[in-house]
Amino acid sequence: MARHEHNNIQLDAEGRLRHFLSIEGLDRELLTRILDTAESFAALPGRPVKKVPALRGRVITNLFFETSTRTRTTFELAAKRLSADVLNFNVSTSATAKGETLLDTLRNIEAMHSEMFIVRHSQSGAAHFIARHAAPGVSVINAGDGRHAHPTQAMLDMFTIRRHKGDFTPLRVAIVGDVLHSRVARSQILALNTLGVTEVRVIGPHTLIPTEARTLGVHVYHDLDEGLREVDVVIMLRLQKERMDGALLPSEEEYFRLYGLTNERLERARPDAIVMHPGPMNRGVEMDSEVADGPRSVILQQVSYGIAVRMAVMSMCIQTHAESPA
Amino acid sequence: MKTPHIFMQHDAIIDLIDGMVHLLRHQLDDREITDPALIGIHTGGAWIARELHGRLACPDPLGLLDISFYRDDFTRIGVNPQVRPSQIDFDVEGRDIVLVDDVIQSGRTIRAAMNEIFDFGRPASILLVNLIERSGRQLPIQPDVVGLRVPLQPHEHIRLQGPEQLTLEVTHRDSVD
Repeated sequence: MARHEHNNIQLDAEGRLRHFLSIEGLDRELLTRILDTAESFAALPGRPVKKVPALRGRVITNLFFETSTRTRTTFELAAKRLSADVLNFNVSTSATAKGETLLDTLRNIEAMHSEMFIVRHSQSGAAHFIARHAAPGVSVINAGDGRHAHPTQAMLDMFTIRRHKGDFTPLRVAIVGDVLHSRVARSQILALNTLGVTEVRVIGPHTLIPTEARTLGVHVYHDLDEGLREVDVVIMLRLQKERMDGALLPSEEEYFRLYGLTNERLERARPDAIVMHPGPMNRGVEMDSEVADGPRSVILQQVSYGIAVRMAVMSMCIQTHAESPA
Repeated sequence: MKTPHIFMQHDAIIDLIDGMVHLLRHQLDDREITDPALIGIHTGGAWIARELHGRLACPDPLGLLDISFYRDDFTRIGVNPQVRPSQIDFDVEGRDIVLVDDVIQSGRTIRAAMNEIFDFGRPASILLVNLIERSGRQLPIQPDVVGLRVPLQPHEHIRLQGPEQLTLEVTHRDSVD
């Protein structure tokens, strides 16, 4: 454990969150603290003024090298609810196109006194790279890097599960679909195992389950009906069409026939099982509309909780820097 | 930091609270407030507010505030590791609020609490109740009802422990933050 602490760029010398790049190397206590902090923010939408002054006067930059509307918007709203000022850099259409290097872009935004970068990039490891080169006192949050990690999405999923189920320990959780291309699935598996669930299952066709899946501490199923049996939580993954270069699937219809979630199939799960999806959802491909809009679906709550969880991570990182200036 | 010494035990604190109820009723009568709503500040203020709430028989549920994200020194001192959600289950708009905290020193906590209350709505009035008033004010904020005024040196720190058995402890700090 001590080795982790020294090697983990995400933590300061006292084990506090400095950057949020991956679930890897974060212990149960820290993940629980993120969830607890998010509880304070989850109540804000019920108030006439939906923000707190904690990060008033601070500058937070969304640095998106890959297009995303939903994730960028929720990070922007999270920053604004903490009273920070937000810069949005859509780098694909910005200076990089004119030949500026990544580090030059970084230095330029640092010169605008931005104290936090929210980074999304199509290459795995991009957020780590930026965290290693960022100026002291600047935090980096990974908003998705290649196939590697999407830790805030995983934590909002954990928050949603905890809100509905309370305790993680007795739970069986099934992650269904395109695990191979999913950075979300990797982060979810790490988070679920760190929080101590009974079992994590991944369900999908051979072509969409990575060969190393079993080393992540999951049980692999290729049959949806079998895999859903007695689970408490069903997490459907989006079919990553834009990330699929080979012919990994016969057709969307065939995929739905084998792995699409319907009410009938959901019968195999526990009666109080909840259904989640990180969005955007392909109706009629990953799941039937009657499930997506049905009583067990918590998909829209995931979106609301995402703002609270992102606020928690942002406030914790900025505070760590404030307490232990490099 | 040296070992804390007990300044006051549970029974004596309860006596103080009984006295505060008397003073608070007087203040409310003076202001012709018949229907006050109570809000306590986490953690010690909430314990005192709970005692007052029972004695005043307020119909509204007790409101609880965690002011961590409203502190003016948020990015300098750190969130309390046990940050809890604020919970006010009545409409603050137009209400007469009794705001309760354990110790008033600088006045910054009360400023933060008032800022947070206004984010729930615009109250008609706020009346401030503190178990302990001590020196060290940095803002022009004074309590309306006080349990006890305690003369302390700047390096002395007073803290309420609870919640079952309430105790006031005094410690000597090496440095003042």
